[in-house]
Amino acid sequence: MFKLSDVLNRSLLTPFNIIAGIILFIGLIITALRFTGGLAAVTNLSDYNPWGLWIGFDLLCGVALAAGGYVTSAAVYIFGMKKYHSAVRPAILTGFLGYALVVLALNYDVGRPWRLPYPFVVQAGTTSVLFEVGACVLLYLVVLFIEFTPAASEWLGLKRARNLVVRLTMLLTILGVILSTLHQSSLGALFLIAPSKLHPLWYSQYIPVFFFISSIIAGLSMVIFEGSLTHRYFAAKMDETHLREKEDVVFGFGKAASFVLAAYFAVKVFGIAMDDNWRYLSTSYGAWFLVELIGFVALPCLLYAAGVREKNIRLIKWTAAWAVLGIVVNRFNVCLVAFNWHLPSSERYFPSWMEIGLSVFIVTVGVVAFKFIVTYMPILYEHPGYKTPHP
Amino acid sequence: MDFSTLQDFYTYTKGIAYILIVLTLIGMTGFWLYLTDQDNDEEK
Repeated sequence: MFKLSDVLNRSLLTPFNIIAGIILFIGLIITALRFTGGLAAVTNLSDYNPWGLWIGFDLLCGVALAAGGYVTSAAVYIFGMKKYHSAVRPAILTGFLGYALVVLALNYDVGRPWRLPYPFVVQAGTTSVLFEVGACVLLYLVVLFIEFTPAASEWLGLKRARNLVVRLTMLLTILGVILSTLHQSSLGALFLIAPSKLHPLWYSQYIPVFFFISSIIAGLSMVIFEGSLTHRYFAAKMDETHLREKEDVVFGFGKAASFVLAAYFAVKVFGIAMDDNWRYLSTSYGAWFLVELIGFVALPCLLYAAGVREKNIRLIKWTAAWAVLGIVVNRFNVCLVAFNWHLPSSERYFPSWMEIGLSVFIVTVGVVAFKFIVTYMPILYEHPGYKTPHP
Repeated sequence: MDFSTLQDFYTYTKGIAYILIVLTLIGMTGFWLYLTDQDNDEEK
């Protein structure tokens, strides 16, 4: 249970708190500049490049890397893989914080936060892919919040509310999978409208499929990556069940990630074949595409497979970090590097230091919130007062 | 490749895709067996 006296009795001047405090302070200054001076005051965005780092990283990467929630809960509750149960709460928490921060970051990009509900109440817009993304992200954020509430309810002692949500677990899991399938793919579908702007090697009629499959890889890899970090920094908070099931999660998810990466590699090659884009592979963009395809898809696929076969946890954990980086590289390529590829270099977009600073600020807010919740709520351990299975 | 008609383009690209699909199905089956054969040994 959270006690203010416990916090006050501890020294707040830890290296983590000092660095996080500096980042949050700078982020708040950039926030003030953004909402008083507009996009031009803090970004390098232009009419040619209306979507920059805040969409490419905070939104596209944020949504993909928060996919661990639906991937893990589907594995445990729909496919019945109960041995991964201990990974559900951390994955749901990461997903909830990830989506909450995506919505927060979106406010910086679109401005005027009070107009965020406009697509639902002012204009119809139901034929727009962006409307579908907005609707799904909103609904999924609500689903993730409800899925997260049992941990908060146990912490606050709200037994009836907690038991009510636990009964809804399967319904919430199915809703989460449906909504994630819809909007993870639709984020890729947003680029279908720009065939002349996106480089042919990244543009494909199958780009929604690419985004959806890669989100599964991101989810699986993030669960392993985040699990290894929590085990390192919050091992004292983990109960025996979490420590015992940790290896099962790493090997099981590593195996799944390896297989999905192999499928993703094959589908990406189909994308080249279906549009007959082989000739672009010999260009400079083709070289960078091959770096992504071989270095960030084929390589982690083989490393995961080797790690699973040799029971090498360390290799799988490092591969998970590499695969997460690969997802970031892919989203950057689609949104920034290969977008407007035909423009002269003078017109190309590169983010300002304040755009980068705000993205670091958003990530830091997530890390601080995660640290607080994991420290005080039953995320990595079973609450002694609730022995029944929980989501 | 240069194509005279859309029919030529689709004949060529679909032909390549079908070959890739067969190779992928065989390859994915083999890769799955490679990933899981140790599990099967442990079960025995």
